[in-house]
Amino acid sequence: MKSYLLPQFAVYRDDDKCIRCKVCVRQCSFGVHAYDDEDDEIRSNESACVGCQRCATLCPTGALVIRQHPHEFRPNANWSEEMLLDVKRKAETGAVTITGMGNDKPHRVYWDHLLLNASQVTNPSIDPLREPMELRTFLGRKPDGLVFKDGRLITDMPPQVMIETPIIFSAMSYGAISYQAQLAFMQAAQELGTLCNTGEGGWPMDFRRFGRNVIVQCASGRFGVDPDYLNQAAIVEIKIGQGAKPGIGGHLPGEKVTAAVAATRMIPEGTDALSPAPQHDIYSIEDLSMLIYALKEATNYEKPISVKIAAVHNAAAIASGMVRAGADIIAVDGFRGGTGAAPRVIRDNVGIPTELALAAIDERLRREGIRNRASILVAGGFRNSADIIKAIALGADAVYIGTAALVAMGCTLCQQCNTGKCAWGITAQDPYIAKRLNPDIATRRLVNLVRAWTLEIKEMLGGMGINSIESLRGNRLHLRGIGLQEWELEVLGVKGAGQ
Amino acid sequence: MKGLDRITNPFNDDKVISNCGLFGMMSTRGRKFSGRDVILAMANMHDRGNGLGGGFAAYGIYPEYEDCYALHVMYESMAGKEQTEAFIRTAFDLVHDEEMPHRDPASSRVGGAYTAGTAPILWRYFVRVPENVLKDMIREDARKDIKNIEEDVADDYVVKQVMTIDTQIADAYVFSSGKNMGVFKGVGYPEDIGNFFCLEEYSGYLWTAHGRFPTNTQAWWGGAHPFSLLDWSVVHNGEISSYGTNRAFLEMHGYYCCMHTDTEVIAYAVDLLARRHRLPMDIVAKVLAPPLWTAIDRMPGPERRLHTALRLTYPALLMNGPFTIIIARQGEMIGLRDRIQLRPLVAGIKDDMLYLSSEEAPIRVVCPELDETWTVKGGEPIIGRLGGRVITGSESRAAAS
Repeated sequence: MKSYLLPQFAVYRDDDKCIRCKVCVRQCSFGVHAYDDEDDEIRSNESACVGCQRCATLCPTGALVIRQHPHEFRPNANWSEEMLLDVKRKAETGAVTITGMGNDKPHRVYWDHLLLNASQVTNPSIDPLREPMELRTFLGRKPDGLVFKDGRLITDMPPQVMIETPIIFSAMSYGAISYQAQLAFMQAAQELGTLCNTGEGGWPMDFRRFGRNVIVQCASGRFGVDPDYLNQAAIVEIKIGQGAKPGIGGHLPGEKVTAAVAATRMIPEGTDALSPAPQHDIYSIEDLSMLIYALKEATNYEKPISVKIAAVHNAAAIASGMVRAGADIIAVDGFRGGTGAAPRVIRDNVGIPTELALAAIDERLRREGIRNRASILVAGGFRNSADIIKAIALGADAVYIGTAALVAMGCTLCQQCNTGKCAWGITAQDPYIAKRLNPDIATRRLVNLVRAWTLEIKEMLGGMGINSIESLRGNRLHLRGIGLQEWELEVLGVKGAGQ
Repeated sequence: MKGLDRITNPFNDDKVISNCGLFGMMSTRGRKFSGRDVILAMANMHDRGNGLGGGFAAYGIYPEYEDCYALHVMYESMAGKEQTEAFIRTAFDLVHDEEMPHRDPASSRVGGAYTAGTAPILWRYFVRVPENVLKDMIREDARKDIKNIEEDVADDYVVKQVMTIDTQIADAYVFSSGKNMGVFKGVGYPEDIGNFFCLEEYSGYLWTAHGRFPTNTQAWWGGAHPFSLLDWSVVHNGEISSYGTNRAFLEMHGYYCCMHTDTEVIAYAVDLLARRHRLPMDIVAKVLAPPLWTAIDRMPGPERRLHTALRLTYPALLMNGPFTIIIARQGEMIGLRDRIQLRPLVAGIKDDMLYLSSEEAPIRVVCPELDETWTVKGGEPIIGRLGGRVITGSESRAAAS
């Protein structure tokens, strides 16, 4: 069947600059560029181009420019090009359209409508270069109060995990991302004194040395879960949902299940790794409680148990139930959170912004007087340090970053993770492609990103006259809304700018 | 107090900002003295305030009613007074009530610019919690293992009634509600307020005082310091940048912050920690102004565990931003500065007297020859206790371990 899909990107090659070095030919994992020996010319198959910019970035003479294809359909506000192409694609394949990364629709980004406070006159701002500035954060259930007997503390503290910056690397499984990429996350988390999350793809044996800096997931596929897996980690997270695909499961195609991935996941090589939509032993809140306590038993009550949900309409009530079911940490993932593969229709239409879910959850737990019983981790589209500090002011204990971390390693959000062809080597399993991601360089880039954001957070905190992050947590008086409607201000629990 | 924001916070600011001068003096042997010296000291710090608030707390002043809760109440209308008195008669056994002695407001330079020469109605009530109420509360209380449960449930009951008057009855506000102590405060310079309330005629062993410099143009009598609940009183110089976090946490524990001032949250935080959670006072100070993590990391094991537990359990009661506070209760006066020392606090000792002040000069005014005087370190409480003992920062840190 002749495809009616027009190419999405156009390749412009400056022939005067091109030295025929064939870097682009070797680097493009989508097979766009090919060298013609007879004519000594490099030709490009534009229809295969995904706009990942790998060739343009690596071209030593800057001969390549990849731009959106200039073709134009007759303008139609209702039937955009994206809509047309999606219909045509389905007409050609009869299949669900799969894509990667988070919701890319132009919905309101609430972070951009929140403004931070700063100290003037009555209260000095603090210079983080000269004064201590504390970002240390502890994840886990906190007691309702401390009890002293004869001057001695007798309260036992529930298990806590300390992080030196409130930024954690989000769940990305080995299989969805490459071995090299996961190694980079573990090394970076260790160097930064923070955590990274294995996702639900098991945990390679030679990464277990990073245990103090690792959150392992227990998800519906139960891949790689055994006592050692649970006990070597700092935190165990039950994954109920993911922001990019609330309500549905996961599917790692057999092509990405190499021998190593198979061994780690404890499944046969080359078989599809299917994560069911629900956890088949959790059909209710009391079932969740059973699993939470089963994991606490398995880890001797020495590890905080986290429960991760996608941000959906009733997130606040669900979170409250999770805390009462015994969760020590609540992770909530908004609809801008990334994915290795999700049906596009789900990614773009299910779930709510993480900002609103966070504000509602924090408020609900406070009203019920149980906010101290769980830490709140927030995920779903953090793009800069300001987003993060605003999340903390809305009530988060720490944030998960996924997409931003991938971007630091080279990702350009071409949304092809599910194809296994990632030209940057991040989500590829093909050893030839995957090895182009140097784990040590990737580690350095991740550490640099988090270090820079951490410094920026200290600057902003100091500007507000605060020298310890716990004094900003849930401190919505340091936020003002701009360009928001009354109901939005109410959900966020903030006043409007100037009020 | 209904519609309170209209007066104390007419512009609906997040919090009412003010900066100030503080003074406290205590005889650790319980020797009583008049309010003359504390007024003199405050007059010396005249320029630290702007005439929009001054106040005093005095302990040991009502020995004849020492087992009664002394409610100091201000009214802005007769209706408020009538309604409050009806409420007090149903809620408490009223032992005695009278107008608070004061001089003529017109000649006392009180009231500030907008209400110069005027004062609200000021009344005091000596009350007991009715026996039958106490019995019922004790019967219903689940905490069987607590000593002095009678006192504890009575205190809880009083807090509840005070919150009811402050939030439900228009034009009425409770200055103080402790036993054998009282708060005297209003709009004006502190020396004028002290003179207005005839404080030279009272006799107490512990006095704290405050001169206020609010950024608001208007002020009201209830907005002056000290803030007080039961026999706790707090005077405060500073601005708490963690206010939103502190307030959210206290609201989770049933404290309604009706005045939008950061001083109020300190008073409630101390009540929660010291009375309800029964933490020792030196530990309370470590919650409000904890050591930095770098210092905690260097501590020996048990001390490190203690301070880690405190910071983990009460992170939302860390008072961030510049502050100096003097907290007092029966038999105890505590001075504390923020941990990065953004606001001043000087201590002085002469025989059994402990002085705490924003500046050294006022201490020298009332006691020129001191045994010892020093600048108090950030985060290290100075605690004066009846029994002739002053605990300085380093000692109390050792005691904490």
